[in-house]
Amino acid sequence: MLELALHVLDILRNAVEAGATQVALTIIEDEPANRLTLTITDNGRGMDDETIRRALNPFYTTRRTRHVGLGLPLLAAAAETAGGGLMIRSRPGEGTTVETTFGLDHPDRQPLGDMAATLLAFLLAEAAPDLRYTHRVLRTGFPADNPVFAQEREFAFNTAAIRAELEGLPLNHPVVARWLAEYLAEGERELKEVEHNEPGAVEGAGV
Amino acid sequence: MPKLKSLDDLKRVREEAQQSLKTRLDTGTTIIVGMGTCGIAAGARDTMHAILTELAARNIDAHVTTVGCIGQCVKEPLVDIEQAGQPRITYGNVKPEMVSRLIEEHLINNRPIEEWVVGRLESNVASTNVAPTV
Repeated sequence: MLELALHVLDILRNAVEAGATQVALTIIEDEPANRLTLTITDNGRGMDDETIRRALNPFYTTRRTRHVGLGLPLLAAAAETAGGGLMIRSRPGEGTTVETTFGLDHPDRQPLGDMAATLLAFLLAEAAPDLRYTHRVLRTGFPADNPVFAQEREFAFNTAAIRAELEGLPLNHPVVARWLAEYLAEGERELKEVEHNEPGAVEGAGV
Repeated sequence: MPKLKSLDDLKRVREEAQQSLKTRLDTGTTIIVGMGTCGIAAGARDTMHAILTELAARNIDAHVTTVGCIGQCVKEPLVDIEQAGQPRITYGNVKPEMVSRLIEEHLINNRPIEEWVVGRLESNVASTNVAPTV
């Protein structure tokens, strides 16, 4: 997997397999701290200490269709390669939190990739849990110690609110899915536009 | 901000979807994309995106849904097409560039592409005439 968004999709799928009804995904791109954090929390069946320990072993899986479980080990490797790490907190019956950190400007960090496509693939899953999504981008000021040009942007939504508005229509209804695809792509695109606006903002302020 | 726009949009989306509900139930088509670790690593997310784009471009109403691994990892991305009254057909190694032909042949011309088929499921019983070669 060559982008972090694909790893995220994989871990989100774990939540579905664990019978979760609620999932929270938080992405924070923190330039001042030079850190990228991905946190996925679900209320699925959770894991005991022994299972947590084994979850990072690629030759362990609870599945019966095959004998390897690569999702968490691959993400852990991607994080460790980029100066970060992966932490699992879980209790049986209470759910699981997977928190992964990366050096934001680490040369070996995989790009975040197409988060909109990942979110769509997750939300179209059979029995997709409700998702609370937050993607926050904190930009360093210019110069770095000047807060004037520092920016914070966020794209966030909660599928519970979307579902309430849809009055029982499934998210994978063709009309709804088309709308979701556009909504997610636009939300993510607006976050990326921060970078392109930055030079204009600096120039316009006469610095 | 898309969030503010969304709530107004959603009412329109809901009304449009409810209007099309009857037609959709009569011609129900579901396309299922395997999205386990193996599917994701083989490019299933992009295949799913290509399917949604193709359906929208051709104005075809079909449900697209994602499922986990079914154990035939070597054939990922796996795409199943299920249509009312017809066997569920599983296609293997479906790359985004194959999607256009798949939609045209299977959904429009009603001719499954036999050389891409890796499995069939008729009336909830798996057929053995197309044994997967793993």
